[in-house]
Amino acid sequence: MSYFSDIYSGIKTLLTGMSVTGKYFLHARKGAITQQYPDNRATLKMFDRFRGEVVMPHDENNEHQCTGCQKCELACPNGSIEIIWDRGIDETTGKKKKKIDQHIYHLGMCTMCGLCIEACPTDAIVWAQNFENSVYDRTKLTKVLNQPGSKVKAGIED
Amino acid sequence: MIRFFSITKNIHEWLFNLMPESVASVVEMILIAVVYLLIFAVAGLYLVLLERRVAAWFQLRIGPNRVGYQGLLQTMADALKLVSKELTGTEKADKFLYNLAPYFVIISSLMALSVFPFTQDFQAFDINIGLLFLIAISSIGVIGILLGGWSSNNKFALIGAMRSGVQTISYELSVGLSLLTMVLLTGSLQLSEIVEVQKGGWLIVQGHIPAVIAFMIYMIAGTAETNRAPFDLVEAESELGAGFHTEYSGMKFAYFFLAEFINMFIIAAIATTVFFGAWLSPFGITESIPILGVVWFLGKTLILVFLMMWFRWTFPRLRIDQLLTLEWKYLLPINLINIVVMAFVVWLKITI
Amino acid sequence: MQMETITVNKSFKSEEYFINMGPQHPATHGVLRLLLTIDGEIIKKVEPDLGYIHRSIEKMCERDSYQQIVHLTDRMDYLSSHINNEAVCLAVENALQLEIPDRVKVIRTIIGELTRIASHTLWWGVMGMDVGALTTYFYGFRDRELINDIFEETCGARLTMNYNIPGGLMFDIHPNFVKRTKEFIAHFKTKLPEYDSLLTGNIIFQKRMKGVGILSKEDAISYGASGPVGRGSGYSCDVRKHHPYSALDKVTFNETLRQEGDSFARYQVRIQEMWESMSIIEQLIDNIPEGEHQVATNAVIKLPKGEFYQKVETARGELGVYIISTGTKSPYRLKFRSPGFSNLSLLNHIAVGGKIGDLVATMATLDLVIPDIDR
Repeated sequence: MSYFSDIYSGIKTLLTGMSVTGKYFLHARKGAITQQYPDNRATLKMFDRFRGEVVMPHDENNEHQCTGCQKCELACPNGSIEIIWDRGIDETTGKKKKKIDQHIYHLGMCTMCGLCIEACPTDAIVWAQNFENSVYDRTKLTKVLNQPGSKVKAGIED
Repeated sequence: MIRFFSITKNIHEWLFNLMPESVASVVEMILIAVVYLLIFAVAGLYLVLLERRVAAWFQLRIGPNRVGYQGLLQTMADALKLVSKELTGTEKADKFLYNLAPYFVIISSLMALSVFPFTQDFQAFDINIGLLFLIAISSIGVIGILLGGWSSNNKFALIGAMRSGVQTISYELSVGLSLLTMVLLTGSLQLSEIVEVQKGGWLIVQGHIPAVIAFMIYMIAGTAETNRAPFDLVEAESELGAGFHTEYSGMKFAYFFLAEFINMFIIAAIATTVFFGAWLSPFGITESIPILGVVWFLGKTLILVFLMMWFRWTFPRLRIDQLLTLEWKYLLPINLINIVVMAFVVWLKITI
Repeated sequence: MQMETITVNKSFKSEEYFINMGPQHPATHGVLRLLLTIDGEIIKKVEPDLGYIHRSIEKMCERDSYQQIVHLTDRMDYLSSHINNEAVCLAVENALQLEIPDRVKVIRTIIGELTRIASHTLWWGVMGMDVGALTTYFYGFRDRELINDIFEETCGARLTMNYNIPGGLMFDIHPNFVKRTKEFIAHFKTKLPEYDSLLTGNIIFQKRMKGVGILSKEDAISYGASGPVGRGSGYSCDVRKHHPYSALDKVTFNETLRQEGDSFARYQVRIQEMWESMSIIEQLIDNIPEGEHQVATNAVIKLPKGEFYQKVETARGELGVYIISTGTKSPYRLKFRSPGFSNLSLLNHIAVGGKIGDLVATMATLDLVIPDIDR
C-alpha cells in the first residue's frame, strides 16, 4: 500500500514544485531581476559609499588637500600608492615645506580596502563611484591623482 | 478550401508528366526531404530559442533579446557561429566513428518527422506501421550517442554514453507499452487511421482513466527518451561536464544539440497524435478549414513541449540507480496493469 | 597453469579507473581538483588535490600591520567575509584588551548574520544546480542581491567588505540600513517557504539526499567537522552558542541540530539556520544602541608579546585565528583554522561507495569555498 501512497505523495511534491516555477513564469513580465546593463547606464547609480577607485578632488583653483604626509602610502597593504615628494619654500611663511610632486595610484594593484582613505588626515583622497575601470593597456591603470600644476590648498597642515 | 492534397497533387502530376516515372518518384522524394529538412532545421533552432526564453521567464530573467527583434535571430546567429567554428577532436579518437556519431543522431530524429500527419493529407509517408516505425527510429539515436561517447576517448564522455544506453533501453519499453495501450483503442498502427478514430473524440477522452495513466507514463518516459532534465544524466553538467558530447565542437556539436530539440518535438508530436487527436480541432470547430489543422497540431505539440520545459526547469536530476528504479519498479508494472485495464475497457466497451 | 588463473580472474574482474574531477569542473565550485578512483559509477576513493588558488595569505600576514591583515581575510572565505574580518578584529581587540562599544558589537552581529543568510542563499542556489535543478540558482541569487545591496550601501562593497577595523567599524552604518534590513527580513520570510516547496519537499531531491554521505557524530568530531556539517551529525559545535562573541550573548536562538548525519540533514540545518539568523537580526535591529562606531587605537597597533586565539562561527563553520606576537607591529605567525579544510578532509570518508551523482550532491552539502581551503 505504501507503494501507491509513495507515488501519490511523490507526484504531489512534484506538482508543488511546478506551481512555484509556474507562478514566476506567469509573472515573468514584471519580475525580471536582472538588469540590462549597458542600456541602463543613464539610470544606474551606485551608492554613495561604493568603492570604485581612489581619486583626489581638486577645487576650481586647481588646488587639492594633499600635504604629502604619506600616511596613505604606509596604510596601503599592496603598495598601490606611491608619493613622489619634494621640499619647497612656502611663499607665505618662507619655511621649507613638504609638497607632493606626484601622487601615483596603481589601480591594478588596489584591493579597494579603504585603509588609505581612513588614514588620510586631510581628506585629500576620496572614493569615486565609477566602476567601469577596464582599459586596453595595463599601464593606463597607473594614475597620477594630482592634476598637473596643482598645489596644496592654503591652510591645510598635517 | 485549400487542401494540401490539391497542391501536392498538382506538383506530383507535373513531375510525372515531365520525366519518366522512376526518375520522377526519386525527384519527388528528394524534394520532400529538402522541404522537411529546411522546415525542421529552422523549427529546431526556434525551439532552442523558445527553450531559452521559457527558461528565462521561469528564472526571473529576460532571455535573449539582442539579435533581431526581441532576439528572434539569436539562435540563427548561434548556428552561424557554430558552422564557422573549427571542428576539434581528441588525438586518439576513433576518427571514423567519432565523425559518424552526430549524423546517426540527427538523421534518425529527422527521419521520424516524416510520418507525422500535420494536417489532413499533409503527411509525407503514411505507412501502416507508423507508430512502430516511430518507436524504432527514435531508438536509433542512442547508437549515435553511444558511438560519440565511446569514440571520443574521454572518460566523462564514456560515462555519459553508457548512462544514455542504460536509460534509453529501459525507457524505450515504457514508451512502447504506453503507446501500445492506446493502440488497443485504435486497432491500427497507421497514424492516419489513429487520427481517423479520434474524429469522435480524442483518445485521451475516449480511453479516460487508463488513457490518462498511459499519457502520464508516456510523458515521463518520453522526457527520459530525449535525455532531458530531470533525466539528463547523459550530459549532467555538474557531474560530467558536458557528458557524451564533451569532445565535440562546431557543427558536430550543433547536430547533437539540434537533435535533442527535434527529439523533444517528436515526443510531443507523438503524444499529440496518439492522445490529443493530431490536427483535429476540439469539437470540430474548424473542421471546414482543413489548413488550420497545422495550427492545431503545432499548438498542441508546443503545449506539450512547454510541459517538458517546465519539467526541466523545475526538477532536480535523478541518480542513475533511481532512474532505473523508477522505470523497472514503477512505470513498467503500472504500465502492464494499465494495458490489462485498457483491454477490459475496450472489451466491455466502456469507452466514452 | 598460473597464467590461466590470472586471465580467468581478470576477465571477471571489473577494472577501476581514474578520473580527474577539476580543477576546472562545474561541481567543484572553483579550483579544487579531485582524483577519483571509480569502478563503473561507484566511487572507490576520493583524493582532493589542493593548491590551485594558494596565495600564501598567512605568510602575507606576517608582513602586514594588523589593520592590513583584516582585508586579506576577505579573500579567504569570500562568502562570509564580514565574519572573517570580525575574527581578526576580535583577536586583536582581545589582545589589546580594548573595550568595544555596544553599538559596534550589535552592528557586527547583525551584519554577520546577514552575511550568513547571504552565504546560505547562495549555497542553496548552487546546491540546487549541483543536483540538476537550475532554477534554484536564480531564486537564491535574487534574495542574496538584496543583502548585497544593504552591504554596498553601508560598507561600500558587495563581497569583500572590509568593514571592520581593530577597534570598531570603519564608519557608521548608513541611515537606510535599518529600514532596508527590515524590508529584507519581511521579503525573505515570504521567500524561504518557497525554497521548501521548490526543492526541500521535492521527492527527487529527497531521494538524492536522504541516506547519502552519512557522517556519524564520532567521525564528525574526530575529523574536526564544524558548522552545519558537524551539526547535521548531531555534534553541538556552534561557536555562537558555546563561546558567544560580539552581541551574541544578548540574543536567544536555538542551535540547529540534526541526528541523521546525511546530506539531507546538512541541508536542513542550513535552511533552519536562515530562520535562526533572521530571528537574531529581528531581536537586534530595533535596538541598536547609540554611541561611537569605533574606539581610538594607535595608528600602529603593537600587540603585547604572547599568543592569542579567537574563534568565530562563519557560514561554513568554526574559523580560528591564532596569533603569535613578539610585540612588533605585525604578527610573528598567524594561523587560520579554516572550516572548509577540515570539512573537505572528510569527503573521502563519506563519499566512498556512492555514485558520481552522490559525490556531487555530498560535496554541495559540505558547502566548500576553495579559497578558504587554500588560503
